[in-house]
Amino acid sequence: METSKPIIQVDELNKSFGENHVLRDFSLSLFEGENLVILGKSGSGKSVLIKCIIRLIEPDSGKIFILDQDISLLDQDEMDLLRADVGFLFQSNALYDSMTVRQNLEFPLRRHWTKEEREEKAESAVKEALEDVGLSHTIDMMPVELSGGMRKRIALARTLILKPKVILYDEPTTGLDPITGREISELMNNIQKKYNTAAIIISHDMNCIRMTGNRVIMLIDGKNYAEGSFEDLLKNTDPKVRDFFEGL
Amino acid sequence: MALLDKINNPFFQEVGKIARFTARFFKEVSKPKQEWEEFINQCYWIGYKSLTLVGITAFIMGLVLTIQSRPTLVEFGAEALLPSMVSVSLVREIAPVITALICAGKIGSGIGAELGSMRVTEQIDAMEVSGTNPYKYLVVTRVLASTVMVPILSSIAIAISLYGGYLGTNLKGDVSWSLYWYQAFNALIYGDFIPSMIKTIFFGFAIGIVGCYKGYNSQKGTEGVGRSATTAVIVASLLVFILDLIAVQIADVLGLT
Ligand SMILES: Nc1ncnc2c1ncn2[C@@H]1O[C@H](COP(=O)(O)OP(=O)(O)OP(=O)(O)O)[C@@H](O)[C@H]1O
Ligand SMILES: [Mg+2]
Repeated sequence: METSKPIIQVDELNKSFGENHVLRDFSLSLFEGENLVILGKSGSGKSVLIKCIIRLIEPDSGKIFILDQDISLLDQDEMDLLRADVGFLFQSNALYDSMTVRQNLEFPLRRHWTKEEREEKAESAVKEALEDVGLSHTIDMMPVELSGGMRKRIALARTLILKPKVILYDEPTTGLDPITGREISELMNNIQKKYNTAAIIISHDMNCIRMTGNRVIMLIDGKNYAEGSFEDLLKNTDPKVRDFFEGL
Repeated sequence: MALLDKINNPFFQEVGKIARFTARFFKEVSKPKQEWEEFINQCYWIGYKSLTLVGITAFIMGLVLTIQSRPTLVEFGAEALLPSMVSVSLVREIAPVITALICAGKIGSGIGAELGSMRVTEQIDAMEVSGTNPYKYLVVTRVLASTVMVPILSSIAIAISLYGGYLGTNLKGDVSWSLYWYQAFNALIYGDFIPSMIKTIFFGFAIGIVGCYKGYNSQKGTEGVGRSATTAVIVASLLVFILDLIAVQIADVLGLT
């Protein structure tokens, strides 16, 4: 796997908010078909990291390549086009609460499909994405009418609608009960199989990490502190890594 | 604007930020492809939400102003001037300013709270990620809609308040329907209508920009959303008065008074 070219590459990323130096020379590579898990304490900068990758936050320094393109060199239009290939699942779901489930799913299409394409294919694309997450019957409901787990699935369906090549998951199972959490993890695996996507998964849910992760990076002190399979890291003797697993 | 940043005073920094936000509005609005559907939607909501309140308030203002002006005019033996006096003050000042203040309260807080909650629940980020420019989709449409709707609401308010004035005149006196309107309009010249219309356009723009600015830059948390909504109302109302003052000065210089 390591021989193929990375889909996402992050080189020596730095980001501070005032005095708070969140990321310090952080680097990672994500390869095709791989699920990469990022582990780290609350407030360690995991969300900041993936928001830098999708360019919601400008880093102070460092380079980010997505599908071989240096995103800092792209203008707004080029970046928007690239974003069609990168799905982003928000920690808070971020469903548009003034819109129905159908309108939520159609929203990303408005920029990336022409009017004719939308008239022709939007309906079937929405249905397929809802089927993928097993919630076809909610198509005309409002987000407030859904449970937490259902909202997460709808948010996932919305990121799937453009068939992205990479998906960035920000804590997909946090705040859900263990059973729903496992269902979401299974869903993530099914999606990976069906669409052959790569993913960066931020999580501290051990079940989710075990089920979905191929490789784990520990984000400690703003750095890529340790890297390897989940089992490798469990055996790691570094005090900061041990600290993390004992704290769980 | 850069100069304003250097002055280490939160008030001037805020003014600088609003100025930059407004400059961005003109930049985005001049680019092709506007979100017309959302604009129409917003016009409908803004008009619909405020119409009843504007209508009732305008009616009462017309009525009350007439009733209260009568004794003074009677004292000077100028009772016949009642319709003219009332119409001039309603058209020039009272209807536009009252409409703008109501809109500052309803539209300003509505936009502030809506965009604020979209900001803190990351819905604005989600739009950005899905390739839609949230500034264009949310801010440009709302600012344009309030710039268009406030003058329309103000015109409606003028009509309703003049009708209130008619009823007020007839509570104690007796002025026929046609005489009332004849006297009311006779006193008015274009110099009254046009500046009144133009200033409501600015009122509408200011209300839209302030509501959007506060909501779009809302701080995290529910508390932040509440604060966005309240400060939007305060700042927008204050701006309405300041703009009104400027409008009066300009009209004066141009000899329209
Ligand atoms: N927009 C911002 N402005 C200022 N500081 C911020 C901003 N976003 C994040 N931070 C700070 O960056 C640090 C990392 O935040 P981040 O949200 O990435 O944490 P996290 O690792 O995702 O935590 P959690 O597991 O709780 O989601 C925090 O200290 C936070 O206060
Ligand atoms: Mg986070």
